[in-house]
Amino acid sequence: MAMKVDKKEEGVYTLDCQGYVCPHPQIYTKKVLEKIKSGNVLEVVFDNPSSSESISAMCVKAGHDIFEKTNTGGKYVFSIRKK
Amino acid sequence: METVSRKNQTWALGIVLFFSLVSIITYSYNEYYIYLSAYLWFGFIYGMCLQYGRFCFASAFRDLFAVGVPRMVVGIMIATVLFAFVSAFVTATGISTFHSSPTSIHSVIAGLVFGVGMVFAGGCASGSLYKTGEGNGVAFLVILSISITQAMFVDVGGWLNKLVPASWTESALSKGLPEGLDVGNGWVDQYLAGYVWNQPVTSFAKMLGFENESFLGAYFGNLIVGVVVPALLLLMVVYLFYARSSRAMEPGGGTGGGIGEDIKGFWGMLISSKRTALAGLILGVACGLQMFVMEGLRIKFGVRNAGEILQRLGSDYGLSMRGTVFDPGYWYVTTQEAQWVGWLLQKLGWKNMDNIFFGYINGIPNPALNPADWMSLALIGGAAVMALMSNEFKFKKPTRELAFLAVIGGALMGVGSRLGLGCNVGGFFVRVANGDPAGWLFGLGMIGGAFLGVKALNWWTERKMEKELIHLDL
Repeated sequence: MAMKVDKKEEGVYTLDCQGYVCPHPQIYTKKVLEKIKSGNVLEVVFDNPSSSESISAMCVKAGHDIFEKTNTGGKYVFSIRKK
Repeated sequence: METVSRKNQTWALGIVLFFSLVSIITYSYNEYYIYLSAYLWFGFIYGMCLQYGRFCFASAFRDLFAVGVPRMVVGIMIATVLFAFVSAFVTATGISTFHSSPTSIHSVIAGLVFGVGMVFAGGCASGSLYKTGEGNGVAFLVILSISITQAMFVDVGGWLNKLVPASWTESALSKGLPEGLDVGNGWVDQYLAGYVWNQPVTSFAKMLGFENESFLGAYFGNLIVGVVVPALLLLMVVYLFYARSSRAMEPGGGTGGGIGEDIKGFWGMLISSKRTALAGLILGVACGLQMFVMEGLRIKFGVRNAGEILQRLGSDYGLSMRGTVFDPGYWYVTTQEAQWVGWLLQKLGWKNMDNIFFGYINGIPNPALNPADWMSLALIGGAAVMALMSNEFKFKKPTRELAFLAVIGGALMGVGSRLGLGCNVGGFFVRVANGDPAGWLFGLGMIGGAFLGVKALNWWTERKMEKELIHLDL
């Protein structure tokens, strides 16, 4: 499945990186976060376990807020509010 | 925390039972199989540790350059230091099976090729093994690519012979290697016997005038000077360029505040990678313990190499002309991957026992009896158990894009591994931890390769992202 970015609603975007291995999920997350406005939300969907730590560390470093994290059967969804 | 499903628990138990049955049944058939089972269970431990710690060298350097995250490189460095403590102890007791590698610029070049490959592939050689255990099809493709490339690269001559400097050919032919080896034909043969073997073999202990096995040599030369000091320097560079600025994000943080704040910040960076460091500590202890166990088994059976074990098991197929097979006695990844494809190619009619790698050093035993193959398969199994028990196991089919990158990246890692006489584990991690300067040279190249790989991958993903974002009003 190819990477996909969509607008879910006003100020909320989704990035689906399922099927992608490192470093694609974290690189795409970084790139989308650079494009969206401050205060907007990005929901990242991925299934590469090691990307979870990288995305978390990247957001902490940049000051973005990951306000929800779920893992259902290896499918991760991180909701990130851009700083 | 999500509970582990019954299905996952059953699969995990099934894997453990399978490996247990293999050990019990083979041991009851012939006690020599315990030698292979020892490799198997250490491989299983390595797999669990790697998956738990997300222990991936590609991730370490790539995430640093790609997204500015130093977490994994810090974890890997801490793990290397912890492993070095264990290695120093093993060396000082005189039972270490580690041998330094020739030291020269070839290690840097090998690391560079390997580093680019691991970024494209999405994982290093050991990382791809544990990710295969997570059900990752891309990682499996990477392993296939590494294996096939190595097995072919070590035997290919033809037009590649024209790229061999005459001095290498002359030097290789003058080594007096057995007649069964076609040393004058094959790029890798002439590279090894004509160049690499002419380079100095040393250790930090020896450079300081100590014997490796002496207390000062093992703990001061190899551990403190060879590992702790360079690792600390590398971590300080990482802190200054990648972690220091992020302190401004922390409550009450900032880049000011003097040396005291920097020491606090540096310590904070070190303890942010507990998971990887813990995995590294267990890996280090397990590697050291494996050296003890394998040496103990060799003494018990009165052998020096697993080739003799295989002969006693009635299998002399694929032994090198010295009667040996690859038997490192500690954690290793890529050589056994080359061997199983080498074995397959030979079964298909490829005459590949006239090269140094297979014919003179490692052999190509039946994979079902290859101790190092038992270790790698169990490593995948151990990683699978850990992934299942943390709800992280998921079968993932590779997309065409990732399959392409996996094949290219795997091929580069295969070539890099053979040029450097090892991968990120055998060429860097184990070597550095044992005070071999060649390990740092490989690491230097690997960091450079990761930087170049990230540049290329950034260009690739930027193009894709632009196409994807064009329909959004951002």
